[in-house]
Amino acid sequence: MTLFIEQCLNGLQFGLLLFLLAAGLTLVFGIMDLVNLAHGSLYMMGAYFAATFVAWTGNFVFGVVLALGATLLVGMAVEVIAMRRLYGRDHLDHVLGTFGLILFFDELVRLIWGPEGLTLPLPSWLNTSIQILPGVDYSAYKLSIIVVTLAVAAFLYVLVMRTRIGMLIRAGASNREMVGALGVNIKLLYTLVFGLGAALAGLAGLMQAPILTVQVGMGENILILAFVITVIGGIGSIRGALVAAIFVGFIDTLGRAFFPDLLRMAFTKEVAATAAPALSSMLIYLLMAIVLVVKPEGLFAASDK
Amino acid sequence: MADLLRVDTLTKRFGGIVATDDLVFNIAEGELHAVIGPNGAGKTTLIAQLSGQLPPDSGRIHFAGSDITAIPMYARSALGLARSFQITSLFLDLSVLDNVALAVQAHAGHSFHFWRNARREAELRDPARVALARVGLGARADLPASALSHGEHRQLELAMALASSPRMLLLDEPMAGLGPEESARMVATLRELKKELTILLVEHDMEAVFALADRITVLVYGRVIATGKPEDIRNNAQVRDAYLGEQEAAHG
Amino acid sequence: MSGKLSVRNVAIAVLLLALVLLPVYVELGGSRFLLTLFTRILILAMAAVSLNLILGYGGMMSFGHAAYLGIGGYAVGMLAHEGVFSGFVQWPVALFASALFALVIGALSLRTRGVYFIMITLAFAQMAYYIVAGLARYGGDDGLTIYKRSQFISPINLSNKVQFYYICLAVLIGSIYLVWRIVNSRFGLTIQGARSNDTRMRAIGFPTYRYKLVCFVIAGTMCGLAGALLANHTDFVSPATMYWTRSGDLIIMVVLGGMGSAFGPFFGAVALLVLEEVLSGITEYWQIILGPLLLLVVLFARGGIDGLLGKVRHRVSHG
Repeated sequence: MTLFIEQCLNGLQFGLLLFLLAAGLTLVFGIMDLVNLAHGSLYMMGAYFAATFVAWTGNFVFGVVLALGATLLVGMAVEVIAMRRLYGRDHLDHVLGTFGLILFFDELVRLIWGPEGLTLPLPSWLNTSIQILPGVDYSAYKLSIIVVTLAVAAFLYVLVMRTRIGMLIRAGASNREMVGALGVNIKLLYTLVFGLGAALAGLAGLMQAPILTVQVGMGENILILAFVITVIGGIGSIRGALVAAIFVGFIDTLGRAFFPDLLRMAFTKEVAATAAPALSSMLIYLLMAIVLVVKPEGLFAASDK
Repeated sequence: MADLLRVDTLTKRFGGIVATDDLVFNIAEGELHAVIGPNGAGKTTLIAQLSGQLPPDSGRIHFAGSDITAIPMYARSALGLARSFQITSLFLDLSVLDNVALAVQAHAGHSFHFWRNARREAELRDPARVALARVGLGARADLPASALSHGEHRQLELAMALASSPRMLLLDEPMAGLGPEESARMVATLRELKKELTILLVEHDMEAVFALADRITVLVYGRVIATGKPEDIRNNAQVRDAYLGEQEAAHG
Repeated sequence: MSGKLSVRNVAIAVLLLALVLLPVYVELGGSRFLLTLFTRILILAMAAVSLNLILGYGGMMSFGHAAYLGIGGYAVGMLAHEGVFSGFVQWPVALFASALFALVIGALSLRTRGVYFIMITLAFAQMAYYIVAGLARYGGDDGLTIYKRSQFISPINLSNKVQFYYICLAVLIGSIYLVWRIVNSRFGLTIQGARSNDTRMRAIGFPTYRYKLVCFVIAGTMCGLAGALLANHTDFVSPATMYWTRSGDLIIMVVLGGMGSAFGPFFGAVALLVLEEVLSGITEYWQIILGPLLLLVVLFARGGIDGLLGKVRHRVSHG
């Protein structure tokens, strides 16, 4: 039972992390109509920056904040230098152009930090367990991830629903020309939105860093999941991204944890051992396939896209 | 002359708005029947229902004696009912001839032929060339469609509708956006086509309407308020009040 | 194809001649490595040509095309592992498996448009990747060595490098010819019309979904054959072949070469792979150059090499 609760929390934590990533992706697509494959690269940069700055400064929180800032700056730089020229173009152009950026970033990281990857050790005050229920201990760090991402989700909600900037963001999603005609500095708005997306990706990356290794290509692996979530949730919808992300997080984590056991109950040990890892990975894609069949625009399709 | 098209108490609602209100009207074979009315009268909605793009809420549509109300869009063109679009929607990166040939191909059986060069098939290219010649675009056949002017795009639209050898054409504002010279050309083309086809013409250009129409139906708020010969319509007081007055004032 | 003596056609002829004569050159003292490199180029060019059918002509941006390289390859690899070495069994299985996968994925994915379609195809290909990586019996992550190439009746011997090279060349030319015939047929014009304006196609009476699906299956099957060839070439097959970034490489080849012609992707494959070789000789970090280069091509040379050659012709004849 404790294992089950633990896995549920893991699923929630993973799902919320995926939400951060998917939110940035869906935001940029919804507002700027830009498909950004290099989103995963920003996730990677967040992790690398965090590992580096924490090592330099010796202080976890300080290093993390610096990393977040650095990722934000990199994101905005990328927007000004490269993304601007892609707006309004065919999605194929976006895919190709940002794919080129992936190659660039992967190689840049390999050049600067070497091919081995880094680790980000947790400070002692985070590297403990907390008793959340009688008899159930859970990692303090993972709990803090849950808390932080929920706070970010709430912040995003307030930002998009209750502020003037959020109104512009929502208006931009439905009618770009109008927003421009209103005299709003579209260029600046886009840079900020892209920066926000980059910061979200970077945050996800640096929070994930202590749990998984920091290595080249980590962005590509998780980008797929972000895509799947965006499809399931509906492009442009942050609410959809949240629901889909948590759902996916649960299915993936619980699936990997318990599916092999389920299989072992029904089939022989050998069959289960062979099929389990493959099938667990497949679960998410099966889910996506089902959503596609039932509702091709996603569960919470935002605007008229 | 028998009626080629009969519309029977057609009704279409969008939420609270009644776009087509118990509409009844007929079109005789061989005539050019114009439908006019102020904006919002439901003209495009009518064409959408006649062509099968929109299903009516109630009522029936009869074409050449059969009830076609339930027949889907792509099948209606097979029956001889073709339509042109108000907003140009062409294959801009293909040649002008390719555009029309595709319209021919759509009605030449299935397209699961993988080997023969379709651009060399006389069965497809000849009718396409004929259609282009009829609208006056014969010389432009091998240009990319994107190279044509807006007026020529409207002509191409018409050619594509003709390519399926229809018995009846539904024309949704073919003059939209045309200058005086191009309009005159389009009117001349339609006058020629009139001799061989039945045409339902939705238009705002009153000069063209009165020059071409055998009969005119006036639509206001989805209802027919008058049907008859052009002179009768012009002199109809009700129509004047509802519509023509504004039009004449606008055109000066 | 206009103008017999256009720059483009001359370029194609020269390239073909060079490829036909390559083994002769190698035999006369050239580096053996060239033969290996160009065999690989020929196979990947075929994969790119198949992708162009759906991407360039069909406007279907599939980001999961590399999956078929893997499926075709694993069909050969798995059967070889189980002791079935006959090419007459392996290759039809490779083709059939690819076709089936394409049918299922296509049927689901083609229900979507635009960027959704891109993401779906990408995700499904990754699914295939994970499935294959999870099969411990067939090497899992580490891949599977193939100890004996596909056997056909003698004198065909795929282990003979020169023979294998010419077989790949012949299959490539055949594929290009096949694609060329298909795109100019009624079927091909339907696909191109759907790319140009899908709504209009449906309005004039084409049920476009089924045509696009068939096109998708043809492209996948063709790429499956390339996969079978690739497995034979490397005597090895691994999930890495199917990783989504490999699909990206194929797309790069197509765009770099030019999407508007059956030959374009061929130029693209040659250009990309030769560029890779050259650049990696200069620096270990050659992708730092390739990445931005790709972005520049997208921004300024969208027609690819094919487009550039066409422009040269224009300038030459009007110069």
